[in-house]
Amino acid sequence: MSKKLIVLFLGLIPLLCTCFSPDTPSDRRVLVLLDDFAIKSSHSIFFNNLKSRGFDLDFKLAHDPTISLQRYGQYLYDALILFSPTIERFGGSIDAAAILDFVDSGHDLIVAASSNASDLIREIATECGVDFDEDFSAMVIDHSGYAVSATEGDHTLIASDDFIKSDVILGREKIKAPVLFQGIGHSLNPSNSLVLKVLSASPSAYSANPNSKLTSPPSLTGTSISLVSVVQARNNARILISGSLSMFSNRFFQSDVQKAGSPTKHDKSGNEQFLTELSKWVFHERGHLKAVNVKHHKIGEVDEPALYRINDDLEYSVELYEWSGKDWEPYVANDVQVQFYMMSPYVLKTLSTDNKGYYFTSFKVPDVYGVFQFKVEYERLGYTSLSLSKQIPVRPFRHNEYERFIPAAYPYYGAAFSMMAGFFIFTAVHLYHK
Amino acid sequence: MAASDAHKGDVSMRNAFGSVLAFLILLLIGVLAFSIRLFSVIKYESVIHEFDPYFNYRVTQFLTKNGIYDFWNWFDDRTWYPLGRVIGGTVYPGLTLTAGTLYWLLHSLNIPLSVETVCVFTAPIFSAFASWATYLLTKEVKGVGAGLTAAALLAMVPSYISRSVAGSYDNEAVAIFALIFTFYLYLKVCSWGGYTFIINLIPMHVLLCIVTGRYSSRLYIAYAPLVVLGTLLAALVPVVGFNAVMTSEHFASFLVFIIIHVVALVYYIKGILSPKMAVCCAMVAVLIALVASSPTKGWSGRSLSLLDPTYASKYIPIIASVSEHQPPTWPSYFMDINVLAFLIPAGIIACFSPLSDASSFVVLYIVLSVYFSGVMVRLMLVLAPAACILSGIALSQAFDVFTRSIKFQLPSLSDHSHIDAGDASSENVVLDDTIKTDKSEDTPKERTTKRSKKKEKEPVEKPPSKSQLKKRLSVLPFEASIVAVFLLVLLVAFYVVHCVWAAAEAYSAPSIVLTSHSNDGLHVASWWDYGYQTTAMANRTVIVDNNTWNNTHIATVGTAMSSPEKAAWEIFHSLDVKYVLVVFGGLVGYPSDDINKFLWMVRIGGGVFPHIKEPDYLRDGQYRIDSMATPTMLNCLMYKLSYYRFVETDGKAFDRVRRTEIGKKYFKLTHFEEVFTTHHWMVRIYKLKPPKNRIRGKSKKSKSKTSSTTTSKRKGTRRNPF
Repeated sequence: MSKKLIVLFLGLIPLLCTCFSPDTPSDRRVLVLLDDFAIKSSHSIFFNNLKSRGFDLDFKLAHDPTISLQRYGQYLYDALILFSPTIERFGGSIDAAAILDFVDSGHDLIVAASSNASDLIREIATECGVDFDEDFSAMVIDHSGYAVSATEGDHTLIASDDFIKSDVILGREKIKAPVLFQGIGHSLNPSNSLVLKVLSASPSAYSANPNSKLTSPPSLTGTSISLVSVVQARNNARILISGSLSMFSNRFFQSDVQKAGSPTKHDKSGNEQFLTELSKWVFHERGHLKAVNVKHHKIGEVDEPALYRINDDLEYSVELYEWSGKDWEPYVANDVQVQFYMMSPYVLKTLSTDNKGYYFTSFKVPDVYGVFQFKVEYERLGYTSLSLSKQIPVRPFRHNEYERFIPAAYPYYGAAFSMMAGFFIFTAVHLYHK
Repeated sequence: MAASDAHKGDVSMRNAFGSVLAFLILLLIGVLAFSIRLFSVIKYESVIHEFDPYFNYRVTQFLTKNGIYDFWNWFDDRTWYPLGRVIGGTVYPGLTLTAGTLYWLLHSLNIPLSVETVCVFTAPIFSAFASWATYLLTKEVKGVGAGLTAAALLAMVPSYISRSVAGSYDNEAVAIFALIFTFYLYLKVCSWGGYTFIINLIPMHVLLCIVTGRYSSRLYIAYAPLVVLGTLLAALVPVVGFNAVMTSEHFASFLVFIIIHVVALVYYIKGILSPKMAVCCAMVAVLIALVASSPTKGWSGRSLSLLDPTYASKYIPIIASVSEHQPPTWPSYFMDINVLAFLIPAGIIACFSPLSDASSFVVLYIVLSVYFSGVMVRLMLVLAPAACILSGIALSQAFDVFTRSIKFQLPSLSDHSHIDAGDASSENVVLDDTIKTDKSEDTPKERTTKRSKKKEKEPVEKPPSKSQLKKRLSVLPFEASIVAVFLLVLLVAFYVVHCVWAAAEAYSAPSIVLTSHSNDGLHVASWWDYGYQTTAMANRTVIVDNNTWNNTHIATVGTAMSSPEKAAWEIFHSLDVKYVLVVFGGLVGYPSDDINKFLWMVRIGGGVFPHIKEPDYLRDGQYRIDSMATPTMLNCLMYKLSYYRFVETDGKAFDRVRRTEIGKKYFKLTHFEEVFTTHHWMVRIYKLKPPKNRIRGKSKKSKSKTSSTTTSKRKGTRRNPF
């Protein structure tokens, strides 16, 4: 009975996640697959930015026959950047399934498509819950939210500032300037809870072929078009999908931007800040939580019991930390809740915190016996989901733990004992008194 | 045979010889009862089989390891996840404590047997005890000869063997001994508490005695302490608790308790006046009115289904779903008690000549147990001892009559001088003389001699005149007697052959099919029949098991099994189930598999969750799994888990139990994953797939590959970034 039944899913991932070592969840080795080595230099600001943050980039051509994601069952990389929108077939052993397996085993992915994105890229995106416009020649066009440029274009160069409101994903600092985007749009299924629209198009945008006349209404219009989306899979692998490869380019990073209709002209587009912050999130430099030292014990005791009795008073504590890219820092929030759960929560309490990552509370075990769980289900936008459960049986009173003499029952005790005494006296009198 | 009554000179010698002989016979009967149950141990190995015994074994293990107080307070978190179960308070502790005591006794004698061994052999040991108790009980009723016969019959009655072979470590094994012994003690005027059957049978017997004017102070002394002490003792057992005074199963005993006091009072006060039966009638009327006005208030469902056989199937599917609770078929009577079935009427007749308190009790016992066994197969076990006792009486009486006829005629053929001093010597002498004259002439003479002897030995035979007359008349022709004896011996021989066959073949195959293959699974869901074994053998946490105390919980599992895959996955997921286990007999032809039990799952599930409707699973009222089956049936989880990949075995997916090809052969499981299937496909274990890591977008398979304007820019060499 007292065997350890306590099951602790520390973590995050009941899957085969081997990627995030508990010490350093950030990615280190990144494979970059390119259509062309020219991209390496044309997008060097982005790459250098990553390198300066300590990432080890490995540039390969997407059709290079020697590339492979894993060797001897071990993944060689922690993350993958697909800057090869036109590739129809990867070289080596990589295909769409291999990339999805890579994600399913907890690794991160950045996919950039462009107006001539291949079926392969589209398939990967679809598998992640992102549907690019089916029309292969379509691009996102916005006749009112376009970026003012020297040459009057066809308004496919969009300046968008409709960001997701999340400090975790985009950093605490506000994105100063609109983000330049030129590429294809995609839509998300609203019922899909894993994918988030990070940068969406303005209400006047639509997706169509800019070179041909619009004959039928476009399939994607307005704010339902997502320009850049992120996915956080259930195993906390993170995916960034963008419809534009050029938004990562040095040209867009450095270009000035003026949104049509807006008087302010920014010297520098918001692309660099936006994508840097976003890549920090994708590569787990931000928003990655861990829970350690899940403890519970009776009030006044220190050791964790094998089981509780009903109506025991107990204390529960857990420490939460967030990865900052370099080390674990205390996570501070006031909305972490613990459930004492058996088929439904019997107790639901918000944990108090000391602002140093230590969360604690105390409560009374309900008057119900059974196999309970301490559950912490913490899911916040942008953060890795935290799902802790620890099983603990709750037993009823032992036979000698009930109250022995209940005050309310004294009349009955009196009745019983007086009856016994009376019977005894009566018997004695009846037998021996003639 | 009947009684070793001999002449005064030989009395002590004969008595000594007779009792030594009886003792030896009893010893041999005990050995027989023990050894006939060892077939399974010899054929297989010394293990515990069936489902319930595993639980009892586990409980006993806990008891021997942790002591009685921990056992009393044991909260088991392995079963009934996540509710858990208070074992100490919900289990009848008799068997466990018996085996535990046995274990401690052996260990205090330095006999280091394992708990398992003790458990395996508890049932055979107690069946030996039970046959001895039968001897005692029958001896009270009809004398030593009948007692020995009944004990021998009980030692090998198939119905009892079926529940008490070595390894079948179940309550019944000990309960039958307790039952018989309680009856014996009750007849011996001192008794202790039994349970429902006993506590109703005894009041009825008391009532019968009162109604037939057999009230005596002995009856009062036997009954009144029984009720008080029995109720107190029963109330001390946690599982009974206040039920001992709250449920109306015990109502009869209290009512009769009152009646007997009233009657005692009436006798005491009025002396000679006739007892006021009106009081009794009023009481009975009150009882009937009470029970009728509250149909389900006090009577527990199982007991109600005894009174009204259709009750369970109408209201409580979970009780009706157990095959043991079904009414038995006629062949099962023959299988279980064999020739005894034909001997019972003879035994009843024998009990009426003469009718004593003891024999009337036995008659009442057989009548009730025949009725009850007709309601539930399980209660065939209660019938078995009664049948044995009555058949023992019948056989012994028959042998008595025939051997007496033979003996009576043998000396007349040979010589008068040889006065056999056998069992019926006096009668021989008397009858020897009378045969030449008229038979009815010397009845008074015989009566006196007989009476004088009977007085010391058999106080039961009070009105002897009738029996004597009968005995006189029952002298049969010599040849007929010989043939009859021969036929009786043949009959008994057949019975023995049948019993040994039954013991060897029918009941000794340990149905151990489940082995622990559920990997490192945390919680295993299966239909509740397999719960005990999964916990005891594989040491896994189960959702429901054979102790059906929570109908809703079982209904949840039943609902999951009869739901489509996705709904079932959600139910199981909410219960933290990691593995699902099904038993499938379609490949080897094992008939009691989950598909056959499935309708009960539907009914039980539907009883609590009304969206599960039984007609959805039936095509025109027929339960079928072939191509005519309803879509609901073909899409439910149980069908899918049972027949997943079944078509791969023979290409046709032919189910050997249902003798048909299954309706849907090719399908995939989306939320479950097969992890293990035994060699014969008896046990199939599935794992719940975790939720999908990613949610797929809209699938667009029909892509037109028209506007792919790929301009491949393949140049440049591979080089590392700086």
